[in-house]
Amino acid sequence: MPEQSPRRPSGALANTATIGDVAAFVTSKNAGPYKVALDIVFATAAEYERFVGQAGLDRAAVAAIYGIPLADVLDVIHFAPAFAVKITLRRRITAGATGDSDVYGAQQHVPLMQHRIAW
Amino acid sequence: MVAAPDSLTVFAPQGMLGYGIPERSMRLGMERRPDILAVDAGSIDPGPHYLGSGTSFTNRRSVRKDLEMILDAAHAHRIPVLIGSAGGAGGDAHLDWLIEIYREICRERGYGFRTARISAEIDRGWLRSRLADGAISPLDHDNVLTPGHLERATRIVGQMGYEPFMRAIEAGAEVVIAGRSFDPVMMGAHALLQGFDRGLTVHMGKLLECGGAAAYPRHGSDGLLATLYRDSFTVEPPNPDKVCTVASVAAHSLYERANPYHMEFPGGAIDLHATRFEQESERRVRISGTRYIAAPHYTIKLEGVERVGYRTIAIAGVRDPILISRFDDYVANIRSRVAERYPDGYRLTIHSYGRNGVMGPIEAARAEQPFELGLVFEVVADDPETSAAVLALTRSAALHVTYPGRKAIAGNLAFPFSPSDIAVGPVYEFTIHHLVEVEDPCAPFAMDLFTT
Repeated sequence: MPEQSPRRPSGALANTATIGDVAAFVTSKNAGPYKVALDIVFATAAEYERFVGQAGLDRAAVAAIYGIPLADVLDVIHFAPAFAVKITLRRRITAGATGDSDVYGAQQHVPLMQHRIAW
Repeated sequence: MVAAPDSLTVFAPQGMLGYGIPERSMRLGMERRPDILAVDAGSIDPGPHYLGSGTSFTNRRSVRKDLEMILDAAHAHRIPVLIGSAGGAGGDAHLDWLIEIYREICRERGYGFRTARISAEIDRGWLRSRLADGAISPLDHDNVLTPGHLERATRIVGQMGYEPFMRAIEAGAEVVIAGRSFDPVMMGAHALLQGFDRGLTVHMGKLLECGGAAAYPRHGSDGLLATLYRDSFTVEPPNPDKVCTVASVAAHSLYERANPYHMEFPGGAIDLHATRFEQESERRVRISGTRYIAAPHYTIKLEGVERVGYRTIAIAGVRDPILISRFDDYVANIRSRVAERYPDGYRLTIHSYGRNGVMGPIEAARAEQPFELGLVFEVVADDPETSAAVLALTRSAALHVTYPGRKAIAGNLAFPFSPSDIAVGPVYEFTIHHLVEVEDPCAPFAMDLFTT
């Protein structure tokens, strides 16, 4: 479930929403010990297509959202059969190595979920 | 040789052996007369510790309960059971741990299964020669493997493909218990022996390996049924309160994978560009069109860990707003106090929950000051005594060091426990995550047959 229910912001935030507001799921999880995969999944084809059309979510945008080098955003893949967008990041630290703070990579989704887009 | 059947039904009663099987789902799943019971018993996700220590991240009592249910069902219905990645990490210690549980159950119940044990620990002499031949390459990183990595590794496993399971079935095994395995192979070894399409077989296994996770609502450990036909396959949860939808099934194709369109496995890959997902009934989805692409070389993924030290930790809370406002000064004072006595030879990490404990240096949130912080002091050193000594000094320094504006001069921390210092034991890191080319997919994986 999104952290916040959909709202109608006013002022500068009018006609915007966070990705968490509009997606059914926003998740993160290791894809092996060296990568974290982020999934944005929509409930319907229409929402998915609207998102793809106006979110402008590419590798550079993801790098800016996370404040990480472009080279660490390995891929942004649109997967229409699941109404989903998949993003793969290089992990800062190999899973479970000294200094890691998220062995499963399961709590790395929040900057993406809270990212605000035109909507 | 019997005639090839038109369909094959595989029941995965759960996504992870030891995570629980709902009894109703088990009963309803078996009422569908599956041909095979298959279950994944491991994962690399819980981290490097388990491969290094030879222990399982799953609980023995829970694993035993689930295995009892599976063996009872297999015995009653006279169908084979295939289990991969035994004991979590799938090394020999893990495999033998599960086989001991298995033998206990069989002995108590009087089950006489012809059983195959397949080891996934890879011979280092063979790996050295493969390395010398240039047949080992890094996977997902750039660290070239050296003979030193092979020598220092605590344990090295390889993810077996379909072939070792197929060999065990052909040898007459009714139950196969294997070490580290590519997740979907347990669900598809019979299908490949019966000539079903390889692309569909792999895709079916990919959906079954997490059990009921491909059904909605995604809640709790549960099972999944798949029926493979010559031109397609269907998936459906045995639990009548759950449904497979096009979205739930397609979304699961994303799970724990970097690329949903292309998934590599030992000997090839599947391509989902032409895959069709169709809602066949309210609770069942039919999948077709997934293509198999042969790899130029058959490769096996190697996983290996090295011991990098011993960890000691202490957990404490901070409530004082002055300390929280001067947290960076506070931490600097702790570090300098510890460094006076122990200048090097350890690694000190202070995890600060409530501040940036999860995201670390990339945390972008700039919330107002939290009213409390949770701290985990962590020391990793070469030997357990040094680790304990540095952590003890860190803990006492953290309790008593000063910081600008301090009023609470009696103590800085709220410890929830006595004792405060916890020896966590050896620390391992992944050092081997590479692909090795093989000629014979079965050769690295030793098989023994026995009857319980």
